[in-house]
Order: sequence, then structure tokens, then C-alpha cells
Amino acid sequence: MFVYIARRVVYVIPIVASVALVCFLLVHITPGDPLVAVLPADASQELAQQLRVAYGFDKPLPVQFGLWVWRALHGDLGSSIATGRPVLSEVMKAVGNTVTLAIAAAAIGFTLGLFFGLIAGYFRDTWVDKVATSIAIAGVSVPHYWLGMVMVIIFSVQLNWLPAVGAGPGGSGAWAWDWEHIKYLVLPAITTSVIPMGIVTRTVRALTGDILSQDFVEALRAKGLQETKVFRHVIKNAAPTALAVMGLQLGYMLGGSILIETVFSWPGSGLLLNSAIFQRDLPLLQGTILVLALFFVFLNLLVDIAQASIDPRIKRS
Amino acid sequence: MTVMTDTALQAAPATKARGYWATVGRRIVRDKVSMACAFILLLIFLAAIFAPYLHLADPYQGSMIRRLRAIGTPNYPLGTDELGRDMLARLIYGGRLSLLIGILPVILAFIIGTGLGVVAGYVGGKLNTAIMRTVDVFYAFPSVLLAIAISGALGAGIVNSIVSLTIVFVPQITRVAESVTTGVRNMDYVEAARASGANAFTIMRVHMLGNVLGSIFVYATGLISVSMILAAGLSFLGLGTKPPEPEWGLMLNTLRTAIYVNPWVAALPGVMIFAVSICFNLLSDGMRSAMDIRN
Repeated sequence: MFVYIARRVVYVIPIVASVALVCFLLVHITPGDPLVAVLPADASQELAQQLRVAYGFDKPLPVQFGLWVWRALHGDLGSSIATGRPVLSEVMKAVGNTVTLAIAAAAIGFTLGLFFGLIAGYFRDTWVDKVATSIAIAGVSVPHYWLGMVMVIIFSVQLNWLPAVGAGPGGSGAWAWDWEHIKYLVLPAITTSVIPMGIVTRTVRALTGDILSQDFVEALRAKGLQETKVFRHVIKNAAPTALAVMGLQLGYMLGGSILIETVFSWPGSGLLLNSAIFQRDLPLLQGTILVLALFFVFLNLLVDIAQASIDPRIKRS
Repeated sequence: MTVMTDTALQAAPATKARGYWATVGRRIVRDKVSMACAFILLLIFLAAIFAPYLHLADPYQGSMIRRLRAIGTPNYPLGTDELGRDMLARLIYGGRLSLLIGILPVILAFIIGTGLGVVAGYVGGKLNTAIMRTVDVFYAFPSVLLAIAISGALGAGIVNSIVSLTIVFVPQITRVAESVTTGVRNMDYVEAARASGANAFTIMRVHMLGNVLGSIFVYATGLISVSMILAAGLSFLGLGTKPPEPEWGLMLNTLRTAIYVNPWVAALPGVMIFAVSICFNLLSDGMRSAMDIRN
């Protein structure tokens, strides 16, 4: 097990380095002057040059990259051009809100997905299967940002039950797990949960079907085991793959939240990314993408290790 | 008795065994869900292509006095948008750009990814390592984040959004193509072709492509649904199409302000995205199970 973890961790190092390079290059393929966002239209050449030096944009690209990585390793991702605040603290504050949203969505999506997937796989080709499969395919096909709009139309505009935008009564103040705050979370969380619900349902359904058709299930039934106990074997065999899929989905929810957060003005990393793009705030853009990608890489690492620790077949291969 | 046996023997060769693709074709034609989806998609495609001949209102012509009419208003069966433009015309014309920016990235990625994956899988060795490790780097980003990061860096525009989505899908198709190719490479008939003196190019073209393309194609059709949602999503964020072009994602964006006035008209463009996306998903599922001859 230790060898497996060590090998997996070592493998992450080149990935992290490449991710940093991609994040850095992404921003430097950008057409136009990175200082456009902050410079007044009538700024003098000297002022522009001063700022360029201050932000380090005057140095050659490889040097800029080296400096950026060196500072990033020390927890300094530069400061936002638009606000002047440190990028890292801005990003971490926003990521906190995204994590809140992702956890709520995961709780809904994974529970429903596991439930639908198990019953659909167990009662394959019955009406139960057909209903669950239809819900799943709708879940993976729906443009979630549109679903968010429809939710707002029904529950905020028409019924006036839940707030349409923001993350709390004060707009985007500190988060708390009380109803005053949670009611702001309900719509975005349900909307976010739809895709993972669909994917988990489809995966678990296929897994359950495959496992039930294996010989050992036949053997368990032949020896007279109760159906509920047979079911427990099915769950045990489906768990490693289901866990991996759920881990990946959690990563997608954390990193791909920009559309939902834009619809609901949820003050998370996606909304931050959105404003960084449209204000052409390059340090903030770079930093947000880097932090989100690193989260995703490490989450995948954790999932791999967790999967190996509950499934001995993986370590051996 | 002998006479009967003779007739039976003569009759036997008349029924020729059906080929693999003919069998798959028959299976998919008999699948009602797939055929219904194919029909709906065909309808949306034809309407988009022949939109100028359908006697629709001008999709660009607005009017300040008839903004945000409800669905079912005389002359405006699907109402009007926030600038008084006919929604029916805009939804049908919108199919042109929406389908283009949703489907083209998958076609481009299919061509590039299949090329890279088949070469990586067939040649193996250092070339395989180089290609597949590069692919791994792109897997370190959630696809929505990657698409938006590239689009955001390149700036808004149709071409940029197609480029960014192509970059998102190439690694995924390359990975599938590589694994399918590696599987086929070790088959006996490839070994036989190599033993009979066929060169690498001939083997790849004749023996490999025919056997790997089917699986990669089905995988790619499954991506169209994601691509449609992402492409419209980029426009929704303001990173794709620019106004006043009719495009479903952009229409959703500009109509967002209208949800308090005329909510159901505002939701219409999303219905189109949803319909195309779910039809492609169901069609892809249908093809996958039709090609799975085991059952």
C-alpha cells in the first residue's frame, strides 16, 4: 500500500508542474496589454512603464514564469490588478463558498444517484429501471445554467419561496449553516446536483447489472443466501468504481462551478473567475485557475488512494 | 430422402450472412427511441439550414412597441424577446450558429484525436509516452474550467470558442483512440498482416482504422451533448457569440433580465439546447448498444 501511495504521489509532481506551466501560458497567449484594466485612458508612458515594472510584466517570459512559480511556492500569487488585494486570499475566500455549494450538491446528487442507480440495476428492464434511466439521461443532458434559470422562475419569481441570487441576507457575508443562509443555497445546490446525479445513476446502474450477472452471485443465491445479503455483496463490489466516479464528479463541481455561480451570483471561485476574465485581471485569472486545477489534481490523488485502500485488486495491478 | 437433402444444400448459400455493420444498422433502425431522436434532430437541422425559405420574420428586426410579448400572441407564436424580435424566427435561425459551435469542435477533435490516438497506440514506445503524458496534463483540469480558461484567455468570439472546445475534447478522444488501438494492435490478423509484409501505414489504414473508428465514433457522438451545453454556456457567459446574432446560449443570457416580465419566453432557448443535447445522448446510447453484438 505504501509503495502504491508513494508511486502515485511521485507521479503527481510532473502533472503539477505542467499544470502551472499551462496556467501561466494561458494568460500570456492573451492578446493586448495586461495593464489595460488599471491604466486610465490618458495615462502617460512613464506611468505605464512604472506599473509594468511593478507587476513584473517587463521581464522575459521564462523569467516571469520562474518568479511566479517561486512566489507561488511561498504562497504568494501576486495581487489582483483590479482590487490590489492578494490573489491567494481572494481565491481561498471564494473557494470556501464553492466548497459549501459543492458539498451540498454532492449530498443531494450522490444520494439520489446511488439510490436510482442501485434500484435501476437491480430491477433491470422493469418500469422502475425505465423511470430511473430517464431521470438520469435528463440529468446529464440538461444545460444546467438553464435549469438554474427555470428554478429561479418557478421558486423565486412565481412562488416567491426562495431567494434568486446571493449567498446570504447581507449579499455575500460570512456563511453560516442556519436557515437564513441555507435558503440561499437550496436552488444553486439542487441545480448543481443534477449532472452528478445523472452520471452516478448511470454508472451504478451499469455496475449493479454487471455484478448481478456474475457467477458468484449465482453461487450466493444457490447456497440460499437472503436477497438482502446478496445485495450487500453487490454494493461492496460496486463501491470502488462508484467512489472513483463520485470523487471525479466532486472535482468537476468544484472546478466547473462558473456557470451556476454566474446564474445565482453565488460568491464562489466561479464568479471570481468570471469577473477576472471580464476585467482582464491577469494575476487573479492565473491564480484562480491554478488553485482550482491543483484542487482537482489532489482530489484525484486522494480518490485513487482511497480506491486502492478499499479494493485490493488495484494495488496488485 | 437424398433428393430433399440435395435441395436443402442448394438452398443454404442463398441466405448470405449479414455483415457486422449491416446488423448494427438493422438494430438501430429497429430502436424506436433512437429513431425518434434522429427524426427530431433531422427536423432541427433542416429547419436551421432552410430557415430563409420558411417565411419567418426577420430575426434581427426588433421593435420597441412589441417587446416581450407572451407565447401565443397572434403573429408571434412563441412571443418576442427583450428587443421585440420574433422568438420563433430567432430560435430557428439560432440553430445555425448553436449547432455549428456545438458540433464542429467534436468533429475537429474526432479527426485530431483519432490521428494522435491511433499513432500513439500503434507506434507505441516513446511517441506513445510523449502523446499520452501531454494528454494527462489536460486531464488535470475539469473540462468546464479548461474551456472557460482558454476562451477567457483568447477573448470572446465564435472561432475562439470553437478552438477552446476542440482543445477540451482532443485529449478525451485521443485517450479512447489510444486504448482501442492498443487493443486491436495485438490481434492475430494484425500480426498476420505484418508477417505478410504490409508496411505500418497500410496496416494502420486497412486493418486498424476500420476496427477502431466505430468505437471512437460512438464515443465522439456522446461528446456532442456536452459540447452543445458548453458551447452555449460560453455564449451565455459572454465568451462566445456576440449580439445581435441569434444563438441559443446568448439568447438565454440577454433574456435573463426578462425573467420577471415574461419568464417562459426567457426559458425557450434552453429548451432547444436541452432537446438537441438529450437527442444526441439517446442516439449515442442507442448506437453503443446496437454495436454491442453480444446481446
